[in-house]
Amino acid sequence: MADVMSMEEIRETASRLGIDISQVDLDSIRLPPGEDFGIRSDDEDINEEDNLEFDAGFSNIIVVDNLPVVPKEKFDKLEGVVRKIYSQIGGIKEDGLSMPVDPATQKTLGYCFIEYNTPQEAEIAREKTNLYKLDRAHIFAVNVFDDIDKFMKVPDEWAPPETKPYNPGENLQHWLTDEKARDQFVIRAGSDTEVLWNDARHLKPDPVYKRSFWTESFVQWSPLGTYLATVHRQGAAVWGGATSFNRLMRYAHPQVKLIDFSPGERFLVTYSSHEPSNPRDTHRVVLNIFDVRTGKVMRDFKGSADEFAVGGTGGVTGVSWPVFRWGGGKDDKYFARIGKNIISVYETETFTLIDKKSIKVENVMDFNWSPTDPILALFVPELGGGNQPARVSLVQIPSKEELRQKNLFSVSDCKMYWQSNGDYLAVKVDRYTKTKKSTYTGFELFRIKERDIPIEVLELENKNDKIIAFAWEPKGHRFAVVHGDSPRPDISFYSMRSTHNTGRVSKLTTLKGKQANALYWSPTGRFIILAGLKGFNGQLEFYNVDELETMATTEHFMTTDIEWDPTGRYVATSVTSVHEMENGFNIWSFNGKLLYRILKDHFFQFLWRPRPPSFLSPEKEEEIAKNLKRYSKKYEAEDQDVSMLLSEQDREKRKMLKDEWDRWVNEWKKLHEAEKLDRQRMRDGEASDEEEEYEAKEVEVEELLDVLEEVISFDFGQE
Amino acid sequence: MRPILMKGHERPLTFLKYNRDGDLLFSCAKDHNPTVWFADNGERLGTYRGHNGAVWCCDVSRDSTRLITGSADQTAKLWSVQAGTQLYSFNFDSPARAVDFAVGDTLAVITTDPFMELPSAIHVKRIARSPSEQTGESVLIIKGPQGRINRAVWGPLNKTIISAGEDAVIRIWDSETGKMLKESEKETGHKKTITSLSKSADGSHFISGSLDKSAKIWDTRSLALIKTYVTERPVNAVAMSPLLDHVVLGGGQDASAVTTTDHRAGKFEAKFFDKILQEEIGGVKGHFGPINALAFNPDGRSFSSGGEDGYVRLHHFDPDYFNIKI
Repeated sequence: MADVMSMEEIRETASRLGIDISQVDLDSIRLPPGEDFGIRSDDEDINEEDNLEFDAGFSNIIVVDNLPVVPKEKFDKLEGVVRKIYSQIGGIKEDGLSMPVDPATQKTLGYCFIEYNTPQEAEIAREKTNLYKLDRAHIFAVNVFDDIDKFMKVPDEWAPPETKPYNPGENLQHWLTDEKARDQFVIRAGSDTEVLWNDARHLKPDPVYKRSFWTESFVQWSPLGTYLATVHRQGAAVWGGATSFNRLMRYAHPQVKLIDFSPGERFLVTYSSHEPSNPRDTHRVVLNIFDVRTGKVMRDFKGSADEFAVGGTGGVTGVSWPVFRWGGGKDDKYFARIGKNIISVYETETFTLIDKKSIKVENVMDFNWSPTDPILALFVPELGGGNQPARVSLVQIPSKEELRQKNLFSVSDCKMYWQSNGDYLAVKVDRYTKTKKSTYTGFELFRIKERDIPIEVLELENKNDKIIAFAWEPKGHRFAVVHGDSPRPDISFYSMRSTHNTGRVSKLTTLKGKQANALYWSPTGRFIILAGLKGFNGQLEFYNVDELETMATTEHFMTTDIEWDPTGRYVATSVTSVHEMENGFNIWSFNGKLLYRILKDHFFQFLWRPRPPSFLSPEKEEEIAKNLKRYSKKYEAEDQDVSMLLSEQDREKRKMLKDEWDRWVNEWKKLHEAEKLDRQRMRDGEASDEEEEYEAKEVEVEELLDVLEEVISFDFGQE
Repeated sequence: MRPILMKGHERPLTFLKYNRDGDLLFSCAKDHNPTVWFADNGERLGTYRGHNGAVWCCDVSRDSTRLITGSADQTAKLWSVQAGTQLYSFNFDSPARAVDFAVGDTLAVITTDPFMELPSAIHVKRIARSPSEQTGESVLIIKGPQGRINRAVWGPLNKTIISAGEDAVIRIWDSETGKMLKESEKETGHKKTITSLSKSADGSHFISGSLDKSAKIWDTRSLALIKTYVTERPVNAVAMSPLLDHVVLGGGQDASAVTTTDHRAGKFEAKFFDKILQEEIGGVKGHFGPINALAFNPDGRSFSSGGEDGYVRLHHFDPDYFNIKI
């Protein structure tokens, strides 16, 4: 719609266009009928049937059934009891409790209505007092008033559900069949969300799909890249398709804040937290687990934020995200969450606790799944002032059998890092020194796949070095550590094997005094970016760990995020709108060559579309790597063609620009020439700049600007 | 070559102007004293004292005898370049912003800011040959555009006046009747305040710089958009080389938003672009505040930049500059 114009502006416009506004009969203007002026909106949501749930206004009323039937004399007593029970839960409205009486018998009917101030309180009351045993004969049946209607509508006879005809869906993995084997990424800048190909050969992104206001907070790819999830006030939605992005499914969850896919993208966890009606209460948290494909809620969890905030730190208002951590690899078999002194492990067959009970672990602080196997790593801190040592243990699921345990002394904190294949687990242990005034750090390295899970202790050469970052090589046996003091820390590389003994850790090298505080391994291993974010302003070093040599040192000023593409061929560094300036992203090749640079104001997100794991067997991959030369020939030829084409296009474009410019210049020259005489006349016959011929002569001129004669008064009395 | 640092102003620079011969450089700043320098070695020649507010703009007559300045003290003043004396003062009811002499130096255009409910205006004044005959009467007053008019210059043969300012629209006015002839379109035009405008040597095209982080070249007669240069920073100042096909953009993060972490964050560079290919060629660093003013010497062999930091930096090009190939 056009901006609203003030009358003054209308008058102004009219006078500019030479229209006498008094002649215009405003009433004669007829707008097309209908609210949309006959212009159909292309927003599909508007065209769809509005199935908004109208608030019937009774959601704050509950119906309590199975009350004792009492005569009039006992009415007050029963009311008192009911009021006592229900006023504990929330504020009952004035006259909010009504117990109908049968006019014939003068007895109560055995149920009552309670009206709360808010629907939330009603909901809590329903949860807490349903099946409440007043006595043996009276077990409450509590429902929210709005639901009663729903229950009444249930038909008495069961009818078999209609079988819908099978609609073959689109190929959701179509993007993997790209002929040029390019990768996609999504960016969010301003109000636009865009999916693009990374066309590195042409040194530019190639647009796929763009949509304004696609999401209300952020977007997220599913772990295998099949779906793009958007987050809205009403819930989450996933998008995908062969050529474009169509909405595949919606997941209703009002005010959803966070979402998380299971690693095999079978399930979607959504999270919201709701402001309590009573400011002294904690936030209420709602979690739903959906089946991604059917959109069905598999299980929901509700409770106060405190129940979900035990262990771990950070996250949203005390809840550490993800609340549920998925284990057991890509099969999405198990998920677990940490609670006070327990770890609750659920399985996705029935969405219930394994063995119907949680694992009891006194004071457990943190846990992590192995990325591939159903193994949990737990950390329990020191108890009783050091009498009971801290420990890290590995627990097999579903047997709940402890595979390995390690006791640790004088520990202040522990962090666990799994290697991506689940081969190794590194536990970073911060220990107190003898005086307890400071800490030092060491590593406990577990070899999961070997018999009895041997543990090796690794200490840095300088034990007092602070550990700034740690990262496993994906699929590999190496890891990198940034350690030392902040302005110029050192970076060390270790291997879990040494040349003679595959069971011993060895140090590969140490790079001294690097401006780096973050490590980014290529997803295929071998290459790593040593990045200096934040205080280091975006220093980047591309390092080859096989050859132990630096490939390139460069910088992307103010970089906030770095992400490798899923194939490890390209790297994106981006500056998101944490800063006001420099927003945008750079795409680099794996060896640190800047390919292209895109600037976007209000840049929020850059995400590569993940790829599912390769179907090639390790042997086949090895074979390809061996015969790389044979394969690469074809691609090199293609590359050359493209670069030839590009330089040709570039030359042509330049020539076109030059020609166009020359046309302008010629025209100007002509006009300038034509106006020459007029110009000269304006200057009293003086020739203008380029037409005049003059030679520079140096002339010294002395000019008397001003002569002042002053009579200076003289005081005779002084002498 | 090493730039010559000219420290004469105590406040941020606002405008720079070479005379036609290219031997004198006039600078305006938020302190009240426009200053004249030798354009060759940066020696200070003198100041023009009399203004009582920030000086926003100046222009020098073709024969380098007269200087006109526009100031926030609600006056535009005529000066004798040589003697430094004030010849005449045009008084307004609101701060004067842009000034420009017409071809022949018999007319001058002066813009005034919106102030105390007065709208912005473009005034055309007749400049008398002799200061004694000078009057303050306006030949023409144009009103209409919203917001401040940051720059107004004469079109070919003084037939038109080109104005640009806060409303991001470039307008061409008839200098006789005051009627608007053309205005830039929303789609092709700037999106934010136009901060600067500079004509080519022959007046056939001009370049405009805007806070929308771009500069554009337009045809003076038809107002056709010819080129667009995109940069990473708001553009405060623009200039075109009279010698080579280069344009220079200056600017940087707003002074109030300058970070304290790294001088590079502000991007206070003068950026050189190829005029035709619209590609960045290089940058000249040095200022530690945004660049507010840029000017090319008419011979194209040197340029100067004035910054929020109060410095004028005078750069003589190295011989390599004249052989840049892209």
